[in-house]
Amino acid sequence: MEDLVLNPHDLKIINQHILQYQSMPGALLPLLHAIQDDLGFVPEIAYPLISSALSLSVAEVHGVVTFYHHFRSHKPGRHILQVCRAESCQALGSEALETHIKNKLGIDFHETTFDGTITLEPIYCLGNCACSPAVMIDEAVYGRVDSKKIDQLISDLKRAS
Amino acid sequence: MSMKIFISKDSTALSLGADEVAEAIAKEAQTRKLDIQILRNSSRGLFWLETLVEVETASGRIGFGPINPNDVKSLFDADFIKGGKHPLALGLVSEIDWLKKQERLTFARMGITEPTNIDQYIEHEGFQGLKNALKLNPQAIVQTVTDSGLRGRGGAAFPTGIKWKTVLDTKATQKYIVCNADEGDSGTYSDRMIMEGDPFVLIEGMIIAGLAVGASQGYIYLRSEYPHALKTLNEAIEKAKSVGYLGDDILKSGHTFHLEVRRAAGAYICGEETSLLESLEGKRGLVRFKPPLPAIEGLFGKPTAVNNVISLATVPIILARGAKYYQDFGMGKSRGTLPIQLAGNLKRTGLVEKAFGVTLRELLYDFGGGSLSGKPIKAVQVGGPLGAYLPESQFDTPLDYEKFSEIWAILGHGGIVAFDETVNMAKMARYAFDFCAIESCGKCTPCRVGSTRGVEVMDHIIAGKDVEKHTTLVRDLSDTMLNGSLCALGGMTPYPVLSALNHFPKDFGVDAKETKA
Repeated sequence: MEDLVLNPHDLKIINQHILQYQSMPGALLPLLHAIQDDLGFVPEIAYPLISSALSLSVAEVHGVVTFYHHFRSHKPGRHILQVCRAESCQALGSEALETHIKNKLGIDFHETTFDGTITLEPIYCLGNCACSPAVMIDEAVYGRVDSKKIDQLISDLKRAS
Repeated sequence: MSMKIFISKDSTALSLGADEVAEAIAKEAQTRKLDIQILRNSSRGLFWLETLVEVETASGRIGFGPINPNDVKSLFDADFIKGGKHPLALGLVSEIDWLKKQERLTFARMGITEPTNIDQYIEHEGFQGLKNALKLNPQAIVQTVTDSGLRGRGGAAFPTGIKWKTVLDTKATQKYIVCNADEGDSGTYSDRMIMEGDPFVLIEGMIIAGLAVGASQGYIYLRSEYPHALKTLNEAIEKAKSVGYLGDDILKSGHTFHLEVRRAAGAYICGEETSLLESLEGKRGLVRFKPPLPAIEGLFGKPTAVNNVISLATVPIILARGAKYYQDFGMGKSRGTLPIQLAGNLKRTGLVEKAFGVTLRELLYDFGGGSLSGKPIKAVQVGGPLGAYLPESQFDTPLDYEKFSEIWAILGHGGIVAFDETVNMAKMARYAFDFCAIESCGKCTPCRVGSTRGVEVMDHIIAGKDVEKHTTLVRDLSDTMLNGSLCALGGMTPYPVLSALNHFPKDFGVDAKETKA
């Protein structure tokens, strides 16, 4: 269940960022980034706060959050695993890797493992095309990933949690 | 004196374990009580040799690669810091054929300097272009860029100087320079390499652009998938500010230029310039109708020069060495060099900067070394997800904007993705529609609806259902998307689709005779 009201910690962070970005031209994306960087997502219940600070409608904020693949309005797992689905990675077997990961984690794209460790997301190019297939875990990119390497990476994540 | 060892911190090198190699070397040196200094520089772009470890010697830097952490012990056993023999020794790095055969202009400093070391940048011809530009009036800067023949390296290949002239000639109280760093095409990473490896060259290019068109504010719209580039750019901008290259009075010239990085948020469509501008304004990235051109009415309604990273990063060398120097490289109307990115199923992938005119075959086999899998190369996609697939019979095409357009293909941003014979081209055509459906901004119907219908029709073809009828449908649909879409996303998705169908009809279950261009 998502919270129905913002907890004081999140509210404080959101208000701090609003103060910082409010007067910047084209502030909405930088503000959403700052919030998501700290909270891992942009809580839907914060939309009214954001919209009134930037003189936008709640619908406009909702529209922007949902337009961009990067922003999410629900709390993700502790780690984000992004698997590249673009052509260069496909040329070196990313489709099989994708299936392997989904089976291993027991989830599909845009889902989180039951233990809350990993959220799985597709991504279209990490700019690591010289060493395909590529995945990104949080902010670290891995190249030439095969099923053995991904198994290792996943078990490292599970162990760390 | 301590021995200098160079290891790249480019994110592709990191993705192969460059940090772990650096750590292992530091540890091993400590154990053996050897005095070494590890410097983290940019990457040469020889990604097939990463992690590449270079050691400074009297005759130049010698290389060892590809190195894994567990090779480190043997490197020390072979006394590699004194140039000892090792199976992974490569000799002088600058003499490696793959590198030696290139013409590195935009990428001149790559692999040599430390990314955010401004003194090293200056030692290697940095800010020479800016210094020359400060002596010229705006018209003369624009003329130099026009004379160089530089065309937009983002993919559209529009002459940079002409775009700048429009901005310069439009009167306004505020103008902007926007760098399109939303490098979303699969198979491309040259923008990322510049931003992570030589950020000052982009900053210098943007300052010169500002002087040329009369803009005092610049934005770099950077894709969110590049966290290392973000960090490096911000660090470089702070350094440039602190020594007076950015700010209210650039090098005491009285000129103002401020620069800020803005993060994109994972929408491919925002690489389209008007969608990018909407996004910078804090909105959904919906494509705008043109006209008005962004050069006349762009960011916040003001005249804006929107240029790709490579276009802007190439401006400094043009201003430093003159239009003619740059113009002398290339063929036909494609002047200068193109940073080509080899990707996909190739043995030797990486960054090849060559004058226009090099053929695909040379790139795939002489540089690329053929497929990584050892199986024949069946198709290559040039220019990202909206680029055509080319069969072996077209591999002798020289890289030149016009020659590519004659065979109904594009050069785009210079990414080349190779596929071996295991690829099914009908599936790649389906993927092209699918990608368009995922990334469509939704403003125009041909793209929004056409892409989804395209996936459905391709599913029928792949299932072998009424193939003839459905390939006709694919052609009709492609025709509508080509001619009716608002921008290149819907308008060019037919390139990969139809090229796959025309060149590889068998994969669609159609007789070659039935296909028509």
